[in-house]
This record gives sequence, C-alpha cells and structure tokens, in this order.
Amino acid sequence: MKLLRDTWLMFQRYLEILLRNPAWVVIGVLQPVMYLVLFAPLLKSMAATPGFPPGGAYNVFVPGLLIQLGLFGASGVGFGLIAELRAGVIERFRVTPVTRFALLLGRALRDILTLVVQGLILLLLSIPFGLQTSIAGVVVLLALVALIGLGMASIAYACALWLRSEDAYAPLVFSVSLPLLLLSGVLLPLQLAPAWLRNIAALNPLSYAVQAGRDLFNGHSGDPDVLKGLVIMAVLAVVGIWVGSRAFSRAVA
Amino acid sequence: MIETHGLRRTFKSRQGDVEAVAGVDLKVEKGEIFGFLGPNGAGKTTNLRMLATLLPPSGGEATVAGADLLKEPAKVRERIGYVSQVGSSAPEVPGRTELVMQGRLYGMSKHEAQARAQELLTSLELEDCGDRITKTYSGGQKRRLDIGIGLMHLPGLLFLDEPTTGLDPQSRARMWDEVRRLRENGTTVFLTTHYLEEADALCDRLAIIDHGKIVTEGTPDELKRQVAGDVITVGVGEQHEAALALLSHQPYVREASVEEGELRLYVDRGETAMPQLLRLLDGAGIELATIALSRPSLDDVFLRQTGRSLREAA
Repeated sequence: MKLLRDTWLMFQRYLEILLRNPAWVVIGVLQPVMYLVLFAPLLKSMAATPGFPPGGAYNVFVPGLLIQLGLFGASGVGFGLIAELRAGVIERFRVTPVTRFALLLGRALRDILTLVVQGLILLLLSIPFGLQTSIAGVVVLLALVALIGLGMASIAYACALWLRSEDAYAPLVFSVSLPLLLLSGVLLPLQLAPAWLRNIAALNPLSYAVQAGRDLFNGHSGDPDVLKGLVIMAVLAVVGIWVGSRAFSRAVA
Repeated sequence: MIETHGLRRTFKSRQGDVEAVAGVDLKVEKGEIFGFLGPNGAGKTTNLRMLATLLPPSGGEATVAGADLLKEPAKVRERIGYVSQVGSSAPEVPGRTELVMQGRLYGMSKHEAQARAQELLTSLELEDCGDRITKTYSGGQKRRLDIGIGLMHLPGLLFLDEPTTGLDPQSRARMWDEVRRLRENGTTVFLTTHYLEEADALCDRLAIIDHGKIVTEGTPDELKRQVAGDVITVGVGEQHEAALALLSHQPYVREASVEEGELRLYVDRGETAMPQLLRLLDGAGIELATIALSRPSLDDVFLRQTGRSLREAA
C-alpha cells in the first residue's frame, strides 16, 4: 500500500536525521530530569498534605512528568519543519507523487518513537528516587504519551506550515504550552486547586491524561478515569491528525 | 512538451489583487532548452511553479508532458523534474541519501535507487562528496546535487528555476554544460533566468517576460534581429546630455538613450553612421573618450519591448 510505504520512507528519513544528532534526544530529557531532581523532592513533604493524592510523591509526580514530556517534546517539532521549508525540501517532496498524508505521518511517528524512548529513560531514572510501578502501568502510560505526541506534533506541524517562521512559531509554542502545563496538574495536583481553577483545568484535555497516569501508577488501573484519559487523548490525536493533514494538503496541494 | 493557453495567477495583497502571471500562451517543443528571461518579480517563478503543479492557476489551461495540468496533476508529477531556486536538500543529510530517497518516492526499489544515485553522482562529478552531508558542499556542488535530485526518476522534462543564481562564473559555465548535456540525452529543459548571457548562450528558444506577460519570444537570434540595425555606444564623459541632444536628431539614428553614463544609439548601418557621428561630435567640440559598435544584445530587445533596461529592472 502506497500510504504505508511512503510513511515508512518518511519515518526512516526523519529517524536517520535524528540519529545523526542523538544529542537532541538527551537534551529533550534534560528538562524533565531537572524537574525530577530539583523539583520533585519538594513534593515529598507535601505528600502528607490533606487533598494530596495517595501513592507517594514520585508515584504522583512522575506520570505527570511524562505527560509534560509529551507536551513539550511534541510542541517543538515545528522548528525542524520550518527549516526544511526554507531549504526547499518540502517543495521538492511536493513535486513527487508521494502521498501527502505520509509527509505528516512519517514525521509524527518519528516524534512518537522519540518520546517513548525519552519516557523510558525518564522512568528508569525515577526508580532510584522511589518510583514503584508495573509493566502494564508503564505500557499504558507510554501509550498515553504517544497519543499526546501524535496529536500535539500534528498540530505543531500545522502551525509551522501556517506561520513558516521561527520568529512567529516560538512565541506561539511558549504561550500555548505554558497554560496547558499549569492547567494540567502536572506540577501540583489539581486536587489542591480552588474550585474555579479546577473548572478551567477541566477544559484542558491534558489534565485527564495526568489523572489517568496517576491512577495507573497507584494501583487504580481499573478506574474509569484511565479509560477516560485514553479516549480523550485518542480524540486529541485524531483531531490533531485531521488539522495537520489538512494543513499539509493545503500547503502541499 | 508544454502548451499553455491564457495561464493566469492572481495573488491577494493588501493593496488589492496582484496579477503575477497575466495570461501566458506558450509552446515548448520536445528536446529543446526553453528559457524565461525577465527581471525579478516578472512572474517567471510563479509561472514555473504552476507548470510544476506547485501552484494552482487562477485561470487558463495547460498541457505538461502530455498530461492535463489541472485534471491530471499526478501524471504531470510523474513525468517532470523540478529544481527550485532555493535548493532541495536538507543540510544534515548526505547527497547520496537524498538521491536514493528521491528515487524511492518515485517507486524505485532500494537497489534501483542506489544504482541510479551512483550513476548520477558519477555523471555530475559528485562522487567525492556524495557521502558527506550537504551542509559541507560548495555552491556549485549543491546546485549539481539539486539537478541530480530532479533527474533521479529520468523525467522527460526538467524545470530549472534560476539554476545559476549565486554561482561563481566557473560553476556557472559548468552548469551550462550540464544543461546542454541534458538536451543531448533528449531531456526537455525549461529554465528561468535573469541573466542575459545565460539566456543567450544556453537557450534554444526563449520568451521575454515582464509584468506577468510574455512580451516577445523566439530564438535568441530572431529576437535580436527584431532590433533592426546596430548599436553604437559612445563614451563622452560628462557631456553625454549635450551629445544626446546633438545626435538624437540625426536622420540615421533611430533611437538614442543614456545608460550608465554612456550614449547608446540604434542605427541602421553602423559602419556608415560611425564616421558621421565622429565628425559631428568633433565639430561640436565634444571630446570623445570611447566608441564601440556592436550587434544588439537581448538587453536591447528587452529595452525595446518594455522601455526599460533589464539591468535596471533586475
């Protein structure tokens, strides 16, 4: 099937480009690692606070950290696309018979793979700090991260195609990802938030992913919140792909 | 190979609609090097991008490489190669990898693509740098790789957008040889340029384009013949205004203008006009620094058709 073949070719291409500079994978993990080392210890004493979810500081914090990784990792992918637009690479692909959808999907799959590898590194590093988890919990959490990656990366590519300039793209990424992070409950659980803030956070799809991740890591894998998080992230991914492929097929008619 | 009727493209801008290509009719035969000559902003690239399926036309119709541009863009894409002005390779990727990737996108097997890439690296003399990332390439190497990428699937028609802009004279001459070799192999080449010498030396036929319209077309010789007669260029230092006033009224001078401090006279027969000019200038006490007689250039054609010099317009 042509779509599969083209997607695979694109995936290989972008994976190869990434592997030429594997430092980027490490740099991407660096920021969450700093949160793990320099921020998470603050939560230890807070874990006893009334309202703080059960399970211990790291089992509460690390799942959210992976969601944050997905958000930040995927929202920066547009920079590479803008550079390629400028180098004429995208235009070159447009003149070939390549399936337009593969231009998006191949890249996004590379981004997902990157996120999953980074997520595993982060989980391994968290174990010495006291993270306790199960294989099933890790698999489902990484699936959540992959869905976020797919949705957010697709939207990020769409924005890059619309803006076509790093100068416009960078402020957009920062001004969108920061409120998404603050309203997701990653840093401090939303259970501690006043009602109005919790109501706003309820509009942020990522807050459901964070909740699902915490349930997974605290022995509540069967909780309906887990399924809810997965479904909402799947919807986000579908919407993202729809937006992204529209942007690609419009810019890449 | 290419036939267009009334091809148009309008862009919206704050000042209203801008007609970048305003009704182009043209015919390019198989196996020729056809050029679009015109200043920057004349609509050359827009026109090329439409023919290469990158930009939908606002109006008109076209057949490219035997397929209808509007109805069968996929067929057009299979049969053409396109080399854009800005380049086409990623800086972090080796040239060979880019070539193989391109071949794979056209449905070649890995083996086929690798063999074809090797063939092109050899013929374009890129063997030494084929496995280096393209960031390290010289301007000429990069441009040759771009052409290789465009030729990977053996298209019958290759579009080259400003193939030698920014190249040093040596690389430019090299590129011209490369384009001529394409013609020998039966490939039709459609290129744009704002270099007069390039259009003159390289193109079998060309169209001069200005403000989105073709002002004239033909072989370089045919075009130059439109500017009947010869051109006499006279250098008179600071006195060119006085010389212009004096000479432009002479019956044998068809047209006269001042360009870059030199007087440019179009005359029917240069060899008889020259002695008369010399006498006149001498009689008026205008000191003559230089004088030259030449056949008209494409710039003269452009000047005649548009009232501006291409050098100024560009």
